[in-house]
Amino acid sequence: MTDMSTTTRDHAGEAGQALLVVEDLKTHFEVPAGMVKAVDGVSFTLEKGKTLGVVGESGSGKTVLSRSVMGLNVAPNTHTTGSVIYDGEQMVGKTPKKMKEYWGEEMAMVFQDPMTSLNPVVKIGRQLTEHVRQHHNVSKSEARDIGIELLRSVRIPEPESRIDNYPHEMSGGMRQRVCIAIALACSPKVLFADEPTTALDVTVQHQILNLLATQQRERHMTMILVTHDLGVVAGRSDEIAVMYAGRIVEKAPTATLFAGMRHPYTQGLLNSIPKTDQPSHTRLSAIVGRPPDLINPPAGCKFAPRCPYAQERCHEEEPQLVNAVAVGHQFACHIPVGSPESDAAFQRNLEAGRPQTLAAAGRLLATEELVD
Amino acid sequence: MAGSGKAHLRNGDDILLQVEDLHMEFPAGGGRTVFAVSGISFDIARGETLGLVGESGCGKSTTGKAVLQLPPPTRGAVKLDGEDLTSLDPKSMRKKRTGIQMIFQDPISSLNPRRAVGEVVAEPLAVWGPKDQDQQWSKVAEMLDAVGIDPDVARYKYPHEFSGGQCQRISIARALVMEPELIICDEPVSALDVSVQAQILNLLEDLKVKYGLTLVFIAHDLAVVKNISDRVAVMYLGKMCELSGSDELYENPAHPYTALLLDSLPVPDPTVDLHTEVAVEGELPSPLAPPSGCRFRTRCDRVQDLCAQQEPQMRRINDAHYVACHFPLVDADEVEVAIA
Repeated sequence: MTDMSTTTRDHAGEAGQALLVVEDLKTHFEVPAGMVKAVDGVSFTLEKGKTLGVVGESGSGKTVLSRSVMGLNVAPNTHTTGSVIYDGEQMVGKTPKKMKEYWGEEMAMVFQDPMTSLNPVVKIGRQLTEHVRQHHNVSKSEARDIGIELLRSVRIPEPESRIDNYPHEMSGGMRQRVCIAIALACSPKVLFADEPTTALDVTVQHQILNLLATQQRERHMTMILVTHDLGVVAGRSDEIAVMYAGRIVEKAPTATLFAGMRHPYTQGLLNSIPKTDQPSHTRLSAIVGRPPDLINPPAGCKFAPRCPYAQERCHEEEPQLVNAVAVGHQFACHIPVGSPESDAAFQRNLEAGRPQTLAAAGRLLATEELVD
Repeated sequence: MAGSGKAHLRNGDDILLQVEDLHMEFPAGGGRTVFAVSGISFDIARGETLGLVGESGCGKSTTGKAVLQLPPPTRGAVKLDGEDLTSLDPKSMRKKRTGIQMIFQDPISSLNPRRAVGEVVAEPLAVWGPKDQDQQWSKVAEMLDAVGIDPDVARYKYPHEFSGGQCQRISIARALVMEPELIICDEPVSALDVSVQAQILNLLEDLKVKYGLTLVFIAHDLAVVKNISDRVAVMYLGKMCELSGSDELYENPAHPYTALLLDSLPVPDPTVDLHTEVAVEGELPSPLAPPSGCRFRTRCDRVQDLCAQQEPQMRRINDAHYVACHFPLVDADEVEVAIA
């Protein structure tokens, strides 16, 4: 693959330059019940060669965000507004025909489910080289060589025979490697990995994440890693954006975020992960309830109905992203974690018996909790 | 691992379930056989939670289903309260199954989409319970309430109107209406978000106390298994590698495979070294032709000639910690003691 990247594409260039600038991006879907505000005003800047981790629960808009940046939301009921500047060019408003020049060549995506994202009736060799044949004038045998080289680069053993396999002849981990190889085929500058390991075993997850990291380093790629698991992005991203109800609620360089997260949602996500250094039967501090309805979201802070710290103000006034003390750290919360006000608010809610707060303190019996 | 043996089985009156030398083989066409489970033994005391971990294809789900005789195992014994389930005729087994319930991985597809939640949860009662509708409903309502679903709201709703986490709560309610002694949870949280996962794990812990349940908890995420289990059994390609109390297992993994699984876990801490290139390459060999000797040897970095020739047996390395490995990750003097 190294020879290909030098012949077909320049290296992604030095770090420090903004490759992707997203500003106030909104993606709304018109459905019979109303307008689903799946992504509602997201802004971020991504430098060349960096990795952005996008974290949130199902329904937080993280997948729609990455699809919108890539221009993949093309259904007629979609309304995308705002701006996505890629390498100096505005992407929003480009037709799918125009976007084809960018897909594969400039931006590529690895999807969540390797079982369904491959075509079951087409040999993987043809799926691997579809991009290459689309974008470059190569013969069949050249394409095959490129395919074999790609399989080798994602460490699939015996690539010469594997290239003639159908997807069902491979394991889940192998198929995800093939999906990564397909995404890498034209040496994209930006790789979107949308929950690339959620469907896989932990050992395979580890292998795939390592593979993505190595490929990123070797190819100087910029990466957006979308996941619901803070553990997955902790050691593998430069910056993390936490999404809730279509917005970024906290954004910071990874080390800064873990050293001092300010948003209660980020804290809740981290605390709800079971950790192996805790003794067994440690009560997990759960976030009660579930993400809000995106057609009629609650007034004020959208996380307030689930937040252990929420006060009256949170239900009325929506917080905006503000800068924290640390460089590059932003959060949207009236009562950020780690402030005296938040401790007082937590205590007050605890005394009032607010279930959200009891659950965060690990004091709510799950059998007593009534989900809406 | 990849070992057999029964050294780790316990005696006593409080043993609810004892599985001995369980084999599960399936024909694979062309005269070949899938060796899904090959000689697993374990026991569970009343009120205990046993975690079964391993990668996809290691036979952990097959083991869970074999307890329910779905299908009956090829060989081996499954004793519930001392009674061997494999020797029961289908009719008595059917009756017996009411005491063992199962919760499945995918909460949405394990509920009938065309049945209202009230009916879904009441179905076991419609077969075995009181015939009186009101009595049935009061039991169903009690269980829905116990899992945190408002019974009056949910009664006439359909599964698609609920989120994944709520569907899993409904599945749990359905398992509970028969008042089972033993519940087999087959990857109950792996399809859920971390926030919902925490809710369900807490719920299972609370229900266990409230209803005096015994649980078999099958999962591939070691952190989840540690959180909920009293003892953990690690499986690999149809064999058991290691069995221990959960805290001990995670502090001192003795089997190289257990150590590999633990090293692969994503840690939510950016300062932790990711062991970027450790020996985690390779995948599970085919259960059609499992390796000779220790089944893990093809991926093990401590492999020796002995591993291919002789299958390691489960042996005790301390108190309640058992491992099936010729060269376990324990101090040298401990090994000598154990071998002697």
